[in-house]
Amino acid sequence: MKDGLFKLSGWEVAQAIKNSRISEKETFSFFRERIKKIDPQIKSFVDVYEDSPSQDGDSPLKGVPIAIKDNICIKGKKITCASRILNSYIAVYDATVIARLKKGGLNIIGTTNMDEFAFGSSTENSCYGPTRNPWDLERVPGGSSGGSAAAVAARLVPFALGSDTGGSIRQPASFCGIVGFKPTYGRVSRYGLVAFGSSLDQIGTITTNFVDCAHLLNIICGFDDYDSTISKREIPDFTKFLVPDIKGTKIGIPKEYLEYGLDREVKEAINETISIFKKNKAKIIKISLPHTEYAVATYYIIAPSEASSNLQRFDGIKYGLRVDKGNLLQLYRQTRQVGFGEEAKRRIFIGTYSLSSGYYEAYYLRALRVRTLIKKDFEEAFKEVDVILTPTSPTPAFKIGEKTQEPLSMYLSDIYTISANLAGICAVSFPCGFTKDNLPLGCQIIGKAFDEKSLIRFGFTYQNSTDYHKRIAKIALD
Amino acid sequence: MVDTKIVEYVANLARINISEEEKKRLVPQLSKIVDYIDKLKELDVRGIEPTKGAVTEENVFRPDKAKLDKTFIEILRNAPSQENKHFKVPKVIE
Repeated sequence: MKDGLFKLSGWEVAQAIKNSRISEKETFSFFRERIKKIDPQIKSFVDVYEDSPSQDGDSPLKGVPIAIKDNICIKGKKITCASRILNSYIAVYDATVIARLKKGGLNIIGTTNMDEFAFGSSTENSCYGPTRNPWDLERVPGGSSGGSAAAVAARLVPFALGSDTGGSIRQPASFCGIVGFKPTYGRVSRYGLVAFGSSLDQIGTITTNFVDCAHLLNIICGFDDYDSTISKREIPDFTKFLVPDIKGTKIGIPKEYLEYGLDREVKEAINETISIFKKNKAKIIKISLPHTEYAVATYYIIAPSEASSNLQRFDGIKYGLRVDKGNLLQLYRQTRQVGFGEEAKRRIFIGTYSLSSGYYEAYYLRALRVRTLIKKDFEEAFKEVDVILTPTSPTPAFKIGEKTQEPLSMYLSDIYTISANLAGICAVSFPCGFTKDNLPLGCQIIGKAFDEKSLIRFGFTYQNSTDYHKRIAKIALD
Repeated sequence: MVDTKIVEYVANLARINISEEEKKRLVPQLSKIVDYIDKLKELDVRGIEPTKGAVTEENVFRPDKAKLDKTFIEILRNAPSQENKHFKVPKVIE
């Protein structure tokens, strides 16, 4: 039983525990040992726990270990957002999602690496150093939830939570060959998630397959008194949509998404994916999202603006780092100079610039208006189709160091994922092929607001017809 | 166009010191980013309502009642400097 445990899905691990083939404790130490053995090469974890902090709880995933991105609060544990400025912070409360995981009897095994405050697409902007892609250690795992994605891809843990502000769950899932799900804004409580872009941030799941994804969503979604932007809509049982049937549905293919510097192998994989959905009797319809080319610019005004405001709280007074020389103003300035990494500073500066007097209307307010146009593009498109299919990223995983000197080219790698956050709708990335060099490729399906169930149905149908999600990187098998 | 002056102005607003070396790197990087986001000026946005958030559901209210679920001592434990159950800071008033 034990040797092959890592190959099982989270749900299968839960079944093994339920049927007493293995105990919760054995499961926890099995994965702990795997992390100890394999992670020194990947560096996906920030902190690995001796014992699970969870209490007794119950759910269909009871007893399964889970990893958490280092920006979601776990009471009594160090949560740092991979930033020097929070290097010593101990969370004083559980995020709502953590409370729910504990109530579901899941065992939190540790926290995972990320780009500092989730600023980045490669997990290179971390005070702990970069995480490596399990498929090729010279390449990035994507970001910002790169630690969670790499850990799951290397089967160091059956699944993990991440956060997605502009693609931070989906792009690393694509680079690592796994399933990354960003629910609709308002589906999952943000309470206890360290804020980056409050109107864009959403916690989501990182799994190897759609069965685990549906079960995890059942646990983390739903109304919460502590998040005033959360929806009161009813949460369906997502596992009911694990049905391989999409007959008669309509998939939209936005013509704009196939225009930008799309890698040839990505294009081929997407075409193959489309043909698999056709075989499952879905209708393919060409659509247009005319404001797509403005999405990155809109995002890189709105997200840094919100970030610059949210990051004002890191001032060296209440928690984290303090560099104390001189008066109070000098304390703030020095603490923030030393505490924030380069990308964090760039975003704070762009945000402060867009919000500053004289520039507010030209940048921030204009971006909010363009956001309306982008949102309307989707509303129009969804009058015709049930879901929209795109690549997740224009390229497979790039090399470590390749884009660090060129922030703008890093930003542009988010081109396909950003719009779903601006529109507040749900989207998922799943593995849809490999390059000839054996790097995973991802396909994104975008759904209407609160229509996660369709994404589950499409993803499950796809995985029922293909085996890409069953491939495991060599490093995980050694 | 972002120049050294603008970077210094913004750094002051953001309460972050920057070294000469950082300035040298930041000016061209931020210039490139601002040139890129200037793309939005191509669009005519007159009369279009701004979208401030993704969800437009109703206002959320709750009873204005004090609740003590995070103890003060626990919160204070994270303070870089404290004294007598207070955050300690450099002298503010001369």
